Amino acid sequence: MKLVMAIIKPFKLDEVRQALTELGLQGMTVTEVKGYGRQKGHTEIYRGAEYAVNFLPKIKIEVVVPAAVVDRAVDAIVAAAKTGQIGDGKIFVVPVEQTVRIRTGETNESAL
Amino acid sequence: MVKLAKYLFATVAALAVFLIFKLDPALAQEAAGAAPAAPTPPINTGDTAWMLTSTALVLLMTIPGLALFYGGMVRKKNVLATVGQAFGATCIITVLWMIIGYSIAFTTNDSESLQKWIGSFKYFMLKPMTIDAVNPLAGSIPESVYMTFQMTFAIITPALIAGSLADRMKFSSFMVFMGAWLILVYSPIAHWVWGGGWLGQLGALDYAGGTVVHLNAGTAGLVCALVLGPRHGLGKENMAPYNLVYSVIGASLLWVGWFGFNAGSAVTANVNAGMAMAVTQIATAAAALAWMVCEWMIAKKPSILGLVSGAVAGLVAITPASGFVNPTGALIIGIAAGVVCYFAAVHVKKAFGYDDALDAFGVHAVGGALGAMMTGMFASSAINSAGKGWLIDGNAHQMLIQFYDVAGTFVYCAVMTFIILKVIDIIMGLRVSQAVEVEGLDINLHGEVVQ
Repeated sequence: MKLVMAIIKPFKLDEVRQALTELGLQGMTVTEVKGYGRQKGHTEIYRGAEYAVNFLPKIKIEVVVPAAVVDRAVDAIVAAAKTGQIGDGKIFVVPVEQTVRIRTGETNESAL
Repeated sequence: MVKLAKYLFATVAALAVFLIFKLDPALAQEAAGAAPAAPTPPINTGDTAWMLTSTALVLLMTIPGLALFYGGMVRKKNVLATVGQAFGATCIITVLWMIIGYSIAFTTNDSESLQKWIGSFKYFMLKPMTIDAVNPLAGSIPESVYMTFQMTFAIITPALIAGSLADRMKFSSFMVFMGAWLILVYSPIAHWVWGGGWLGQLGALDYAGGTVVHLNAGTAGLVCALVLGPRHGLGKENMAPYNLVYSVIGASLLWVGWFGFNAGSAVTANVNAGMAMAVTQIATAAAALAWMVCEWMIAKKPSILGLVSGAVAGLVAITPASGFVNPTGALIIGIAAGVVCYFAAVHVKKAFGYDDALDAFGVHAVGGALGAMMTGMFASSAINSAGKGWLIDGNAHQMLIQFYDVAGTFVYCAVMTFIILKVIDIIMGLRVSQAVEVEGLDINLHGEVVQ
């Protein structure tokens, strides 16, 4: 099992969710986050007072998938979240040791 | 809390006792023999209906209008404290206006030499305001309506000052300051211009409060900003507004409420009220566009905060002129207000470095003074026989009178505000500790937060 963690532009969330659903994935966790990469921040001006805003709003998606599906899931996210503009985000894949479905006690891939 | 109550009570009581027994020869005379009763003029129901409406509209300007306008511009940690200042000011001023403020501003002092400076103290606790009382200044409506209408002006004027002292003043000191400023600054100046005092006798034209309300509040704001000092972290920390939608809603409520402010200042439902409403609308829109164009050219983007700030600047500048100018005059005053207030709030403030946090000085004092002077320029006797201006009627002398009005208000207000602040500072302190300021006023002063 792998944890696929994707940081994407907020308005791309629906397309990414749809793409992952089409792969047969049955759940995900979404968080509103702030951060920066090469896009850096932007400048806001209020009555002449300028503020550099370093952390931009992004969406973090976390989804745990069977190892066999990882590549397809990553490809689906890339295809759905890409605009070609700076600030599209990043995807991290990390190994998962164990999964438990709390309601039934099922474990690992049968719990996904 | 006990300490605060003690201060409040002591301030109010001391003022009342001092003013009633030391300054008013009328009171002694009244005890000796009753003055001849003036015949009561008939109440006009149309006028009364409009003034009841206007009173509600002007109260709407402060709560929630001004509260939201300012509340949206501060940081999240100070939102409640900021809207609370407008609400708290509304309450303390209502009570003090009932006790003595109205009497000082809008009643006639029997001594002619004192009448120039201050009204009488006969209306202490509004005792003579019977059910059918009428103030000679507003002959066709019940005095109860006139007193409440003027109360809403007395409320918004000190509340405007909160824009300059935002994010850093103790709530207790703020409340005491509001009360003291009302009695010692607003009420006398309102008397000078509207209550038959020296500026009114000179012929100063201030229809709805360009100097009495806006220059006055903005000047006090500048003094507050200078005495309190800048907010901690100014220029280094991000002080971006919490939610500008609140400010847009607030500015919109100010705009709507302002029809009560300007058209209501006719104190009748007549042709002057109608024209005041029309010129108010025109000047406001023109000023908003002018501010927007300036910002678009200089900062490259037309901000929504700029658009609504321009509208408020236009409302302020047309206030003194609203009963005296024609639509063309209003358009020119509006454009001038948008351009001048933009530079005052955005560039002059930066150049001098004072921290007028939400631009009470840059918008209200500058806009109020500009409007007062431009009233002298554009007043037309074809609109109002009481106002002969320079450009249309060839009465250049009016400019000098308007200047006296501006200068007199500015100097008296600046000096008195400074003294009041220093006295409060000595007794109870003005500013919160740095730790409180950094963590936020809401949680520390009020025990509440906005999530």
